[in-house]
Amino acid sequence: MTTISKVRYSRRSLLKAGGAMAAASALPAPMVWGQETKNIVLRQFGTGVSNLNEVAQKVKEDLGITLEMTALDTDSVTQRAATQPDSFDIADIEYFVCKKVWPTGNLQAMDTAKIDNYDKIVGIFRDGKLTPESEIAQGTAPHSVGFVDGPGGTDFADNESGWMTLIPTIYNADTLGIRPDLIGRPIESWTELLNPEFKGKASILDISSIGIMDMAMVCEAMGEITYGDKGNMTREEIDKTIAIFTEAKKAGQFRAFWKSFDESVNLMASGEVVIQSMWSPAITAVRSRGIPCVYQPLKEGYRSWGGGIGLSSSLSGMELDAAYEYINWYLSGWVGGFLMRQGYYSAVPETSKAFMSENEWGYWFEGKEATDTITSPFGDALAEAGEIRDGGSFNDRMGAVACWNSVMDENQYMVRKWNEFISA
Amino acid sequence: MLRSKDTILAWIQAAPLAVVLLGFLVAPIIMIVIVSFWGATEYSIYPDFQFDNYAFLLTSPVTYTVFFNTFKYALITWAFTLTIGFTVAYFLAFELRSLKWQIALFLICTIPFWTSNIIRMISWIPFLGRNGIANQTLISWGVIDEPLDWLLFSDFSVILAFVHLYTLFMVVPIFNSMMRIDRSLIEAARDSGATGFQTLWNVIIPLCKPGIMIGTIFVVTLVMGDFITVRFMSGSQRANVGRLISNDISLLQYPSASATAVVLLCTVLLVIAILLRFVDIRKEL
Repeated sequence: MTTISKVRYSRRSLLKAGGAMAAASALPAPMVWGQETKNIVLRQFGTGVSNLNEVAQKVKEDLGITLEMTALDTDSVTQRAATQPDSFDIADIEYFVCKKVWPTGNLQAMDTAKIDNYDKIVGIFRDGKLTPESEIAQGTAPHSVGFVDGPGGTDFADNESGWMTLIPTIYNADTLGIRPDLIGRPIESWTELLNPEFKGKASILDISSIGIMDMAMVCEAMGEITYGDKGNMTREEIDKTIAIFTEAKKAGQFRAFWKSFDESVNLMASGEVVIQSMWSPAITAVRSRGIPCVYQPLKEGYRSWGGGIGLSSSLSGMELDAAYEYINWYLSGWVGGFLMRQGYYSAVPETSKAFMSENEWGYWFEGKEATDTITSPFGDALAEAGEIRDGGSFNDRMGAVACWNSVMDENQYMVRKWNEFISA
Repeated sequence: MLRSKDTILAWIQAAPLAVVLLGFLVAPIIMIVIVSFWGATEYSIYPDFQFDNYAFLLTSPVTYTVFFNTFKYALITWAFTLTIGFTVAYFLAFELRSLKWQIALFLICTIPFWTSNIIRMISWIPFLGRNGIANQTLISWGVIDEPLDWLLFSDFSVILAFVHLYTLFMVVPIFNSMMRIDRSLIEAARDSGATGFQTLWNVIIPLCKPGIMIGTIFVVTLVMGDFITVRFMSGSQRANVGRLISNDISLLQYPSASATAVVLLCTVLLVIAILLRFVDIRKEL
């Protein structure tokens, strides 16, 4: 997303924590730790989506832990997790990033026995199934990189081994955004992105790893290509996909491509574009200007993404305990409620329920009609009474995921083909 | 003895600038050249001496398209900025009689430079958009029935923004050259029976060459090194070399970005070398 640097840095707290740590290592007495957490500082970094100052404030209030947040864009997050292990205690990263970063050994596995709400974490992050009947979607499904064999495990385990790589925190299902007032008819399929009816009024995001997936959803829906795995295409599949979109580009299908969140909002709000790949907070931003915009559910399903927090392998002792305490707090409901009221999902939805009104829970999670105005945690009105959420309930949305964000084996090849597409 | 003292003094006098240039210009370029031979994985770079980056760059069709686009933008922008810049400078230098007015109008030319480059560029977007002021005005005048889509997110908008951003870089040096032309030369031309155009072509333009050349170097290097104007004004739909580099950087492919940068640098230097063959700036300044 955008590059926002929000480093919360307090020299005094750092010095205090340093002193406390020195004292703790000199006199190892476990019983003092209750008071000592007040002085603990944990450094967390991640994307702007979940690295919110409100979370740091609340954790300070509830646990006394000082959380220093740094918000970066997706590419920088990957880079930091992989190359600067000493610069963080907690990494808030996406599951597909985990696939790249875990082999570097910069993160340590977490003991699920220490996670209070582990049993309540939704199935997607455990055995990969939302309900026992669900099919597992393509791409880097979170459960496939969610476990390792043991504390020092380097290979991902295919079962719930009791050692987790990331504790899931936030996730959502992405689809196309449309301007219903300018289109004036129902949109049901991904194929509409390349429908000549919208010539010069369509857009796609210029972030290769995500854009290629949206392209694949379109090509598959058109029946042009059948993919083995959209999340891990062969060179031939990449070539065909890019060829179809290059042809559309040359025919003038696209108005523009967007790279940052704000660009997608402006394209949609100004009416330059009526159908495009979009992220859910961007839809919210367009709507808050009083312009109709729908996050259109499509019959082929959603492209989904998920993030979680991982612990730096250099964490140990009291800080490690504090990190576990933070994780348990994270899953205990307040953060979940905070995120769900913005349209994301929490890993343990049932604990979040206590932190949302019945109206909010009904609207965001159960897909019911709002009984009153729905406002975001920041005070913007997002929906009026009588409206329902695009795509419906949690199970309807997350149950219809066709593909997860992923890293392909042929990533470098894909990036090169993407550059050809952009310069075509 | 005296001579060696002078030499030492000269060295000392030159040292501060030399150190600054070495540290902030030469050293970074050497680093870029070194890194361009390194290798890269998905998330790291490692020291190496390989030609892969160059091999890929020089054999990829993308490179040629993108360099072609870069030259195309530079050439068209140059033609427009030169025409507009020369006209403006001519007006300022020869049509205005009083120095006060010359200075006043020259300052007005620089007003847009009080805002940031990016803002001046982005403000075109709502103006040229499908529902923007330009289209609405044209429709209300009855000139067109449908909004013109090519106004925004096209080569047109890219070049328009370039011309808008960089014309002043042409005006200033040309104006400077014109002000130094001895007015008696123009009188002499007129006395000898030259028409206005002949004076312009045979007297003014040759004497403005250094100014034109400096302006040309400014515009060509600025346009060839740009990436953000092309990205915003084309809606990411066009690519020039700068965008290729910026894409590589965002994907952590620093060696490949460095290789592209080195090739671009050589190209720009080559262009400037050719330009300098036409005019010896040092002699004429």
